[in-house]
Amino acid sequence: MSGDPVVIGIGSDARGDDAAGLEVVRLLHGTLPPPVLLTESSGDPMHLITAWDGARMAIVIDAVCSGAEPGTVTTRRGPASLPPAGRRRSSHALGLADAIALGEALGRLPAELVFFGIEGGDFGLDSPITPPVRAAIRRTAEAVRRALR
Amino acid sequence: MTHKTLRVGALSRVEGEGALLVDVRDGRIADLRLSIYEPPRFFEALLRGRAFDEPPDITARICGICPVAYQMSACQAIESALGVAVTGPLRDLRLLLYYGEWIESHTLHIFLLHAPDFLGYDSGMAMAADHREHVERGLAVKKAGNELVATLGGRAIHPVNVRLGGFHRVPRRQELAPVAERLRRAREDALATVAWVAGFDFPDVEHDYRFLALRHPSEYAILSGRPAVSDGSSFPVEDWPEHVVEEQVPGSTALRARLDGTPGYLTGALARYALNSRRLSPLAREAARDACLGEVCRNPFRSIIVRAVEVVHACDEALRIIDGYTEPDVPAVPVEPAAGVGHGASEAPRGTLYHRYRIGADGLITEAAIVPPTSQNQARIEMDLRDLIEPRLGLARAELAALCERAIRNHDPCISCSTHFLDLRLDVR
Repeated sequence: MSGDPVVIGIGSDARGDDAAGLEVVRLLHGTLPPPVLLTESSGDPMHLITAWDGARMAIVIDAVCSGAEPGTVTTRRGPASLPPAGRRRSSHALGLADAIALGEALGRLPAELVFFGIEGGDFGLDSPITPPVRAAIRRTAEAVRRALR
Repeated sequence: MTHKTLRVGALSRVEGEGALLVDVRDGRIADLRLSIYEPPRFFEALLRGRAFDEPPDITARICGICPVAYQMSACQAIESALGVAVTGPLRDLRLLLYYGEWIESHTLHIFLLHAPDFLGYDSGMAMAADHREHVERGLAVKKAGNELVATLGGRAIHPVNVRLGGFHRVPRRQELAPVAERLRRAREDALATVAWVAGFDFPDVEHDYRFLALRHPSEYAILSGRPAVSDGSSFPVEDWPEHVVEEQVPGSTALRARLDGTPGYLTGALARYALNSRRLSPLAREAARDACLGEVCRNPFRSIIVRAVEVVHACDEALRIIDGYTEPDVPAVPVEPAAGVGHGASEAPRGTLYHRYRIGADGLITEAAIVPPTSQNQARIEMDLRDLIEPRLGLARAELAALCERAIRNHDPCISCSTHFLDLRLDVR
């Protein structure tokens, strides 16, 4: 695969820190070389698959909820480094893990997949993004820039 | 008294989350409740005190799957309060954006949520490896929907380009050419999808539905119309509060709707099709005929065919609009605040979505009401479940739970407009 790299932010603007992935992409607008595509996603696997189709590298940023300190950023490389899809699937609960399962089934995974997970603290309806996550969004945007160099 | 308890961890592949509780005593269903929590109520409170032009963007965040539906119902309600009419190419662009959302939403439901039920898989991801050709076709259709929404809405999720009176920016004709090219291929794929899903094996089930859907004099109503009922009655959108009354249900933050005093009516794809199938585009009508749908479909399992037909219609009509598109002189007609009350309704992928706003002389919202399709359908889904599972209570628990899941998924509930997760609990005693 030789397609241009793509940066995908996953999340919801209505759920507090869940918007972290979207906010990283918004911070990156206008700061990356033109071939890099920036996309926002709700996590819909069909959208993710088409968003990274043909890309030699996909960088995906999403909020996570692992019990770590809010604002903690974890980086993983390759589809196998991410936990598999769980049984509880609804289209709102569908996400990156399901997209990877779908991509594997269809042979539609990017050559290189890098994942940044930002630990959220508050996913309440219409909550503001919390300060530690706001800081993590800035750090992650910088890390994405470095990963693309 | 016979007594046993069934618990199923989660009801998968419905949009959003909630809980289904079934209590069975001596071979009869004593209680059956679909319990959901509803953000639209939260948003109603949030909207009070906000400026008159904010609801389209604020309510779009209620649902990640159907933000355009929220934007369109909100815009029309407020424009109606302020005496503004959006017509001509601006209305066509709104329709076009809405068709994009229908394509996205229906395709996701057909391929990743509903089809696996008929082919014996527990997820679309598991199904994809064995039915690659079909899922690839679904992806192509989905991509056409995504591009349509991104082109008109500014981005593929939570579009930001909609405003009262029209849009912030309207597309140039040439911008729509590549979208049209993709839509032409998607239309072919959508036709093939109708043929594919029509070949599934459907349970022999029919319900005596009372349907509610918008009806438009010349369109298969999606953006606007008059609420119509399958008993032949209809009423202006302004009379909605007199006909549709919501009531609180114990154990749920969701309100449950009654239509003219009776609960358990159905809105959504089956209702639209039953009331408006003659207004489908000729190509979509032909696809429905080839799929042997008839003029009314009362088998909820066959709703997958109706959604597939609606995708053909959406692609077809979107292409018709693009072919005849002339760029409007202005991206939006002016909208000035004034005191008033306005009502608006449109057909979200899951059914009729109603908004009402009261605006003060200072231009601030003093009252907001949102009636989403899923809360309207909740009682009817419960009736489907009763009808379906009561004669089958002798089935193994896993089989019974799977049947409940399927019965709920048939109606593609956007419990997401509501909750985080649907937990299924069957208490059989």
